[in-house]
Amino acid sequence: MMLRAALLTGALATVATAEERRTGYEMMSPDLRAMQDDEMSNPGMLWVAEGAALWDTPEGEAGLSCADCHGGAEQSMAGVAARYPAWDEDSGAPVDLAGRIGLCRTRHQNAGAWDRESRPLLALAAFVSRQSKGVPITPDSDPRLDPWRDTGRVLFETRMGQLNLACANCHDDHAGGHLAAATIPEAHPTGYPQYRLQWEEMGGLHRRFGNCMAGVRAEPFASGSPEYIALELFLMSRAAGLEMEAPAVRP
Amino acid sequence: MVAMVNIPETAAPGEIVEVKILISHPMETGFRTGADGKLVPRNIIHDFRCLYGGTEVFRAEIFPAIAANPFLGFFLRAVETAEVELLWTDETGEEHSERRTLTVG
Repeated sequence: MMLRAALLTGALATVATAEERRTGYEMMSPDLRAMQDDEMSNPGMLWVAEGAALWDTPEGEAGLSCADCHGGAEQSMAGVAARYPAWDEDSGAPVDLAGRIGLCRTRHQNAGAWDRESRPLLALAAFVSRQSKGVPITPDSDPRLDPWRDTGRVLFETRMGQLNLACANCHDDHAGGHLAAATIPEAHPTGYPQYRLQWEEMGGLHRRFGNCMAGVRAEPFASGSPEYIALELFLMSRAAGLEMEAPAVRP
Repeated sequence: MVAMVNIPETAAPGEIVEVKILISHPMETGFRTGADGKLVPRNIIHDFRCLYGGTEVFRAEIFPAIAANPFLGFFLRAVETAEVELLWTDETGEEHSERRTLTVG
């Protein structure tokens, strides 16, 4: 019986176990890891500091700050980033963390929408994600998310662009290898928003998707599009159990 | 402008202490073009100073090759309880500063 259960689990397990998976952090050089680990040298912490200030700042016609509803982020936001994207009842679709912050602004603060890659939104997202540091990724169990995860998997495995490559061709088949001088990671979104030295600033996961899609010469989807949300849902379920580390530093 | 400063609050007389600062700044080189094809104006921190008890103890001239959000670290010898002031100037000409008190004893 136990053997059967083990076999069944083995058959259902679509990705390697947590012990076999390696995050981008584990693939980085010791110097970069030290840069990320030291809060004083991790440039992402500048955004976290800005986000902490924004959390307490009243915004919009409602004159409400995040803290007015949610209280201290240390308690109320602990582990939140580790389970997003989550289902949004009102729009009948999943939203990611940046999308949720945007909805809070328009629905509850009556404030103007922020661009998804704008500095204040990245700062707040970084601050909220920081509250999940060390928390294992725990995908939301809402069954309405499952079809979206399936769509995400299809996107991950669909060849696209002039180079005709799927995400899986690099991040599953050649993870740990190299693309020119760059190490190919396994694509576990543990540390977003993250500070990329290449960008010289903070950026979200959807911006990163756009980089890869442009790399295979495909037309990137829009940031916050249903396609990216689906892909994010799939990647988060694929990375389930790995620890959150935002704000990550990556080359 | 956000900056994160790390200076020990206390030190023994004669102790060597490390001063670290991470400054939020775009460090735009002036060589890049924007989406409109025009050069993005240069905006870098070009001058950085550290005063310890009013005396200049460290100075750096910074050039466009330094990446955005520069991190600077250097060492001081703690001799007396005094204010450590970090000052920097960017292309706007405005001087920014951060102050911390180093207690020696």
